[in-house]
Amino acid sequence: MSRQQILDAIRKNKPELVAAPVPFQYLSMGEDLAPAFVAALEKVGGVVVILKERSDIAATVQEHYQEMTRIADFVNHPRNSNQALLHDAASIEVAVLEGQLGVAENGAIWMQESDCISRALPFITQHLVLVLDKKKLVASMHGAYAQIDTTKEGFGVFIAGPSKTADIEQSLVIGAHGAKSLLVLLIG
Amino acid sequence: MSFTHHSHPDAAKDFVQNTERMKWHDEALWFVRAKRDRIAHTVPDWEELRNQASAIKQHTLSNLDVYLQQFEEQAIAHGVQVHWAADAREHNEIVLKLLNQVGAKKIVKSKSMLTEECHLNPWLEQHGIEVVDTDLGERIVQLRKEPPSHIVLPAIHIKKEEVGELFHEFLGTEEGASDPQYLTNAAREHLRQKFLAADAAITGVNFAIAETGGFVVCTNEGNADLGAHLAKMHIACMGIEKVIPKTADLGVFLRLLARSATGQAITTYSSHFLKPAQGTEMHIVIVDNGRTTQLGREAFRNSLKCIRCGACMNTCPVYRRSGGHSYHNAVAGPIGAILAPNIDMKEYADLPFASTLCGSCSDVCPVKIDIHNQLYQWRQELTREGYAPAGKKMAMKMMGNVLASPKKYSFSGKLARKLLKWFPKLSVNGRLNPWGRQRDLPDVPEQSFREWYQQQSSQKQSR
Repeated sequence: MSRQQILDAIRKNKPELVAAPVPFQYLSMGEDLAPAFVAALEKVGGVVVILKERSDIAATVQEHYQEMTRIADFVNHPRNSNQALLHDAASIEVAVLEGQLGVAENGAIWMQESDCISRALPFITQHLVLVLDKKKLVASMHGAYAQIDTTKEGFGVFIAGPSKTADIEQSLVIGAHGAKSLLVLLIG
Repeated sequence: MSFTHHSHPDAAKDFVQNTERMKWHDEALWFVRAKRDRIAHTVPDWEELRNQASAIKQHTLSNLDVYLQQFEEQAIAHGVQVHWAADAREHNEIVLKLLNQVGAKKIVKSKSMLTEECHLNPWLEQHGIEVVDTDLGERIVQLRKEPPSHIVLPAIHIKKEEVGELFHEFLGTEEGASDPQYLTNAAREHLRQKFLAADAAITGVNFAIAETGGFVVCTNEGNADLGAHLAKMHIACMGIEKVIPKTADLGVFLRLLARSATGQAITTYSSHFLKPAQGTEMHIVIVDNGRTTQLGREAFRNSLKCIRCGACMNTCPVYRRSGGHSYHNAVAGPIGAILAPNIDMKEYADLPFASTLCGSCSDVCPVKIDIHNQLYQWRQELTREGYAPAGKKMAMKMMGNVLASPKKYSFSGKLARKLLKWFPKLSVNGRLNPWGRQRDLPDVPEQSFREWYQQQSSQKQSR
């Protein structure tokens, strides 16, 4: 009932049709996007390590999170080997996941539901490691949306850095509700 | 959770009593404004982005019914249930009904100015449901039983020592502790328990995409995601103006939103919800609550372009020195002052006058709303409708009368120069003129410009 009432009110009150603007003509950022991407991520509290080979991932994660034992590594291990950890996701200390695409202008990494393994995992893990192929960098959000398909899966997210807040006197605190740290392993 | 004052001048008077605190508040917000400037200047196509965003919103508003229906159709096709609410009451009833259907008693909510506007929390609490605001700033004001004072920085008016006292009382932190890192960590542990135990999650919506039926929620803390992904039911509440036509438009809006809001390139999390996860329910409540009326007001229609970044508040010299609560509305600051009178002209007649009309708000607005111009137009509208403050109305009438007649004007000038010389405190510092309480006039000139000019030309002739 209210649906019809609202739509009727809009029809009555809306202005005459204004054409949609032409798609935004965005600037390119040149060929090598990695330095800008790394700088953007470091600015928001992320740590970036550039790896030559994917085989170095596990050792790098261990080195960075030496004290931690509950590491759910979905990049090197198949999903079922982590089932026990997933069962009590809130106790996972480090989750290692693969990102689909990185945005140089802001350090954001795009992941869809299947990349997250479970929707809550990148948020509930204490620390997050994202693996990203250097070839999968785009300059800006415009380039990102030109490549990704947001309808392929039920959920997707851009993650730019560890969770943070400045709600107490504008003091930046890393580690609000989501991951307390973000390590990005850039491959290539 | 209600406001202590219902008049901006009265509330502001209290706020400015503590000069040191006012200065602190002013500087905290200016710091955010300066961050916004720095990052905006690093984006070479910033102005083009603002123009594009404004044009997309202009187009969307002119075709809003079509886009809302497209959004609804797509969302339903993806297994999401869509509800429509004409006003705040219906919105609250829908949310309560949905929660009752699954027997949800513990709710976690991420930031949603719409649910503040609709006063959802007290409504749910009255019906035996626990609502926990999970954004850190919102949790702080909720524990203090206050409304947020800023749409992006809800606790910007509170000092860390006060947060320390509050958390000592409610979360058992050490007495006297005021380190933001320590306090944030305590809130993290406290709210993790709430997330894990919640029956349902309520979030706002930053952008709803007609093309796909999906919606985007932006946070830095990750609270919207923890809530929505861990609970069996996710209810997302949105005003009708949140819809945008295409996914590609998000490129424009996400580049503008966080840069304008806090000077970040993007929020930590930009979450794209499309379908409910297996075994869970997802609902969207689309709310009018006066927005269609605003759409019909030609002079104020553009206010519906707002993406709730808060930049106009951070820059506003009045907001910075009077605090968010002085606006006695869910949305404070310049944008609140043009949205609120649409909902209730009588209650919010004071707000468009709480501005210097300096235009800084319009300069920083990422969707180029002519905010200061709308403030000016609201003043006229409110006066026409008989809602302007009585003193202001009388003064304007007298001024109009005098200014309309050259004779009266010339006479009043002469009289004023005499009177002010004899009684210098009469006009500016009198009780009738609140503006003059902290101000003095410059010395009164001997003659008017007109008299001086006539004198000059007669001297010239005589030479």
